[in-house]
Amino acid sequence: MCGCAIADELGAIAIRDAKIVTVSGAALNKGTVVIRKGLIEAVGENVQIPSDAWIVDGAGLTVYPGLIDPLSTVGIPGAAPTQATGGRGGGRGQIETPTPPAATTPTSAPARGPEDRPNTTSWVLAADEIQTTDPRIETVRSAGYTTTVTYPERGIFAGQGSIIDLAATEHSGEMVVMPAVGQYISLARAPGAGFGSFPSSLMGYIGYLRQIYLDADHYQLAKEAYARDPRSVARPAYDRALEGVLASKRILLPANRVVEMDRMLRLAAELKQPAILYGMREGYRPEAAALLKKFTAPVLVSLKWSEAPKDPDPEADQTLRSLQNIDQGPATPALLHKAGVTFALYADGIDQRRDLVKAVRKALEAGLAREDAIRAMTLTPAEMYGVADRLGSVEKGKIANLVVTKGELFDTNTHVEMIFVDGKQYKPAPEPPPGGGHGQASEEPGVIQ
Amino acid sequence: MRTGILLALLGGLAPLLAESIVIQNATILTVTKGTVHGSVVVKDGKIADVGEKVMVPQGATVIDAGGQYVIPGIIDCHSHIAVDGSVNEGSMSVSSMVDIRDVINPEDISIYRALAGGVTTANILHGSANAIGGKTLVLKMRWGKDAQGLIFEGAVPGIKFALGENPKRAGNPPGGRGLSLQPVTARYPATRMGVEDTIREAFTQAKTYKAEWDTYQASTARGEHPIPPRKDLKLEALKEVLEGKRYVHAHCYVADEILMLLRVADEYGFKIRTLQHVLEGYKVADEIRAHGAGASTFSDWWAYKEEAYDAIPYNAAIMHKKGVVVSLNSDDAELMRHLNTEAAKVMKYGGLSETEALAMVTINPARQLGIDNRVGSIEVGKDADLAIYDKYPLSDFAKVQKVLIDGSVYFDRDTDVSGRQMKDLEKKKLIEKQKQSQPRPQTAGGRGK
Repeated sequence: MCGCAIADELGAIAIRDAKIVTVSGAALNKGTVVIRKGLIEAVGENVQIPSDAWIVDGAGLTVYPGLIDPLSTVGIPGAAPTQATGGRGGGRGQIETPTPPAATTPTSAPARGPEDRPNTTSWVLAADEIQTTDPRIETVRSAGYTTTVTYPERGIFAGQGSIIDLAATEHSGEMVVMPAVGQYISLARAPGAGFGSFPSSLMGYIGYLRQIYLDADHYQLAKEAYARDPRSVARPAYDRALEGVLASKRILLPANRVVEMDRMLRLAAELKQPAILYGMREGYRPEAAALLKKFTAPVLVSLKWSEAPKDPDPEADQTLRSLQNIDQGPATPALLHKAGVTFALYADGIDQRRDLVKAVRKALEAGLAREDAIRAMTLTPAEMYGVADRLGSVEKGKIANLVVTKGELFDTNTHVEMIFVDGKQYKPAPEPPPGGGHGQASEEPGVIQ
Repeated sequence: MRTGILLALLGGLAPLLAESIVIQNATILTVTKGTVHGSVVVKDGKIADVGEKVMVPQGATVIDAGGQYVIPGIIDCHSHIAVDGSVNEGSMSVSSMVDIRDVINPEDISIYRALAGGVTTANILHGSANAIGGKTLVLKMRWGKDAQGLIFEGAVPGIKFALGENPKRAGNPPGGRGLSLQPVTARYPATRMGVEDTIREAFTQAKTYKAEWDTYQASTARGEHPIPPRKDLKLEALKEVLEGKRYVHAHCYVADEILMLLRVADEYGFKIRTLQHVLEGYKVADEIRAHGAGASTFSDWWAYKEEAYDAIPYNAAIMHKKGVVVSLNSDDAELMRHLNTEAAKVMKYGGLSETEALAMVTINPARQLGIDNRVGSIEVGKDADLAIYDKYPLSDFAKVQKVLIDGSVYFDRDTDVSGRQMKDLEKKKLIEKQKQSQPRPQTAGGRGK
């Protein structure tokens, strides 16, 4: 069986004489990392290797902090694969994304207003839905991810995200680093949904968001008043949708176009909720950086760049804007970095290492520095979610999530040698042959075992 | 902004920023102050002087309009442009919790096209799928600004009502199937009686809601600290109608339904600000005037559905002669581009004067929207919202040359024409780049498949 943890009964592991990209500080050209009990016990150039440690000779190897995917569905196999929207250049949260009813959504009569809490399962915690058997856990771990912030994905308020470590374990609870870190909000609408149920328009979705946060405020007030004086205050009706909304304050809002960024930033400010925007297809536009700076909002940039339509109608006219999105989209991270906007990169359904490297390389070619790309996939997402004290860099005391490579992490020919999650070692799974049908051999023949 | 500067350079330094401008040698149709052969002086976004002989600030940019005509910017009292997503939240008969303000799309090309048709201000309405629709607002066609920058600051916001076929969902029989082959859920009301009942029911609720808030405010004024009532966005909008803070724009066709609405409004103590379409308004013009409602109608569009069979092209002229403030609207992005010729039709049908005709797309809609102190005519002190035509503006052959809003040129025909080549060039370049980056299909004689 591939990918199972090796040597989890070991007392300590020391990777010595390796190049260490700590992310939090300067890279060490020849250093040692010691791992014990799932944590990093020591890092440095002159570290005493404990007498009980198993030793990895790190000569020629590089140690990176494990990658963090800040918006993912890994671990919830029932979640709609995000690739489903790729063809439209939509990514997560776009209008017209098919959203089949979730198992957790009570199927009932059509919603007749916000009070019916349509497409809302805000009380659902991703941590409770994790299935350790999801094959994507191993796939993305082999790509270099050791942590995902996994969200339920169906509905307007799909549920609360959880930070999970991608360990192979029988008990999903062991994977959970933090169970409730944010509300995933989608404005996606089932195609042809018609007028059947509220909300049926973008303004309906936004009206609903506004009403539910007003209701949550009022619910809070009523509950407090009742707690103070249960003998004379009317008991407020229990509302699980509002309980869920109150449990995770942070909201993730979709924004690809500059117009959507503006709209969502203003909405978040009005709702007085800390917000992270995701998408950013037009993040390269100068207006985007100016806007994001003004609102000091952190953003998640999709690594699924806009692409030219496959087999396009030769008569069809591509708009200048869509051509610009394809041409300049990958410059988004470099430009946001230059402008001083806090951003992290999310895989948006790209699972295979080969595809991930290709996507990141596009950003590098468009001007993003390697170290900035790595930070945007490690320490920055950890900071966004307030877990930089335990994740995101190679530092003493942090969770021992590491990726060990032969070569630069995002070079095409780099081989991932081993991955550590919670201090346990994994070997990358062999990659399936590329599905492009170009008829060539694997780009990394050495990986196939 | 960058494109703005580029266009300015291309267009021979068109003044894009508000500054002093003098439009010389023009025939000026002021609408309220007769016709003047001379100049309009613009300073700080306002009209500073109009006349044969005017005082011109030093350094003012001169626009020579020799042989050309200046009219006040056209105002469209019924438009659905610049909206992201559906203009209808059609899932319910009362959808007053939604707001067009939330979904303004400043990048809708229809804005620019309207501008090129001389339109400077438009009343952006929710659709007519419900007896009580969503909240609406007035925009200026400030192409290039963000969503907030389009909003006509200080204009009283509105709400859409609708009577007749649309709110009772004619063509969508309960339990039947709509165009999308999705089952259509039965939605009350299905009759014209039901539409009246829906409005009554909503305002009965709104009155109770208002009383709750009035009680709450009275008790806080006494220094008590009760929990505020739940804020209900649906009823909040109707409370604003009752308080006169929000204008009602009611879609209607048939005379008896018009009377019904006016009577319901009188009974509940609120005003109908405008009747929209109002094709049978000529039958009940006295009652419309007595209520104080404005009428915003079509020029000569009729018989496109059952409730439009009794329409006559003399409607606007008859209502006007009966003392109703009448405007002509587009309800359509294309028609919006030539409202000047729509206005001209009332000279043929009803024999109105040139000034009366122009008033129906300028000062009259301004009065209906409560913005006539700012726009709608060429008078000293008003916003410098002006359209310059090369020929008599009520002629089919007239073309808009320049459009100013707040004293800034937002449309310049010469700049547009000369800028087209640059845009085409950029597009061609990107398409070429895209072609080269795509894998080339193997030629028949080559290797591989």
